[in-house]
Amino acid sequence: MPSVVVVDRFEKRYGSSIAVEDVSFSVEEGEIFGILGPNGAGKTTTVECLQGLRKADGGKLRVLGYDPDHEATQLRRRIGSQLQESALPDRIKVWEALRLFSSLVPGGPDWKTVMEQWDLTDKRAATFGSLSGGQQQRLFVALALVNDPELVFLDEMTTGLDPSSRRIAWGLIRQIRDGGTTVVLVTHFMEEAENLCDRVAVIKKGRIAAIDTPDGLIRRYADNAEVTFSTDQADLAFLHRVEGVAGVKREGRRISVTGQGAVLAHVAAALVARGLAPFDLQMRRANLEDVFLSITNGGK
Amino acid sequence: MRTLAQLSWVELKLFMREPLTVVFSLALPLIMLFVLCGVFGNEPSGPGEEIVYRGIGPTTYYIPAYVALVIASVCVISIPIHLAGNREQGVLKRFHASSVTAPVVAGAEIVVAFVLSVASALTLLIAASLAYDFDAPASVPAVVGVFVFLTIGFAALGILLGAVLPTARAAQAVGMVLWFVMLMLGGAGAPPEVLTGGMQAVSDVTPLSHAVQVIQDVWLGFDAGLSWAIFAVILTLSSILGLRFFRWE
Repeated sequence: MPSVVVVDRFEKRYGSSIAVEDVSFSVEEGEIFGILGPNGAGKTTTVECLQGLRKADGGKLRVLGYDPDHEATQLRRRIGSQLQESALPDRIKVWEALRLFSSLVPGGPDWKTVMEQWDLTDKRAATFGSLSGGQQQRLFVALALVNDPELVFLDEMTTGLDPSSRRIAWGLIRQIRDGGTTVVLVTHFMEEAENLCDRVAVIKKGRIAAIDTPDGLIRRYADNAEVTFSTDQADLAFLHRVEGVAGVKREGRRISVTGQGAVLAHVAAALVARGLAPFDLQMRRANLEDVFLSITNGGK
Repeated sequence: MRTLAQLSWVELKLFMREPLTVVFSLALPLIMLFVLCGVFGNEPSGPGEEIVYRGIGPTTYYIPAYVALVIASVCVISIPIHLAGNREQGVLKRFHASSVTAPVVAGAEIVVAFVLSVASALTLLIAASLAYDFDAPASVPAVVGVFVFLTIGFAALGILLGAVLPTARAAQAVGMVLWFVMLMLGGAGAPPEVLTGGMQAVSDVTPLSHAVQVIQDVWLGFDAGLSWAIFAVILTLSSILGLRFFRWE
């Protein structure tokens, strides 16, 4: 199965400043691929070039086998997009927008079905401007899918949404993928990437800093865990010899053990071996946010 | 074609939901017409008097002129605000990403401008025919042909303004200024013969003054003059530059 998106040593300049340089990655069919990075890192530039909205200055781009620089029209019929900073006229009605966008690509599904599927039928006669943020996102998703695309680009889809609308949007994104559509998701919310993405590319200053599954990134870049428990036992020197342990701190009854790898299992085994079984043994693992900070602050 | 028809239909509805458009394209030319015709009547200049209004009665003069003004109002006020606003909001970018082409966007603006201009012109003519006696066109098909010619020309100008002006606010300011200058000096306000030399020079560069001449030529049976060529040049240049400078974002 060929990759849905292939990016090979892609480069984009604005005037004399380099926006993106030497970026390579591929997106496989059926996955949710995340593009993460701080503001201005080149995320939007990359996906806009993939959609043929901007021209690449170097390298090779292939999307569904098309070259977006020269075959943008054919390509756009087969992809869907939710663009950053794009909107609809305030006074357009939900059904008008759906009908208009479905007319752009002949042979797509019936727009009424899409309206039903994305739960917009109740709002069909409402104007875009009168919809809540969450409803607008739902309409955008419906518009991105009205041509039955094989691949959708979602650029900061949940920025500006309140937490509950954001959860709803995550559900929508999973629903897109479950329908068989590949998703490229640009985001700066680590929690979102961790929840949704099969693989993530972290872009920093126009270059790829890392590509892996969220778990893989955490293991590689922020493999720190903190195990905590409470005990009255005074002598805990044995913990220093337990595999994976890097440090032990005590604060009253409260013990904090830092370490890498499967440190929780080893610490638990060592405690049980000495007849200790604290009720509140627990661990906080690094998340993608720690990875992000470690990478973008110039970590390893 | 399907896209053009769909987009035109939606754009037309959006235009109608914009109160400023409705006021400017329907009400204002109507009010102006009644004030000017009411004040100046319809007596042509007598023998020995200085010739004004091309030697015809003011009402006879103003009615075709106001048909041209209606087209200009729709095209240089509404189109630039609408296009620049759509670009500012990211609507055009959204269209672009869904494989809408620039000629389709421009085509939809022309269709909308044509429909609105027809509606406004008919309103104007029906209202005027209730109040005044005026000459019916010498040839109705010729006037319809000129109407299409003028609509395409002014719409191209409007699209050019919408393409170059960065924001809806800028488009509104420039469109309004252009419109008021055309209204005062372009042959739809004071008769061209009474303008001072400086005003005459400004009048000569306004597209409306030539549009007024062109429509009066066919409506009233005057001989075609240089204005036809000038308006054709305006149409062609605006179309070329409008598509050349068209920006999606």
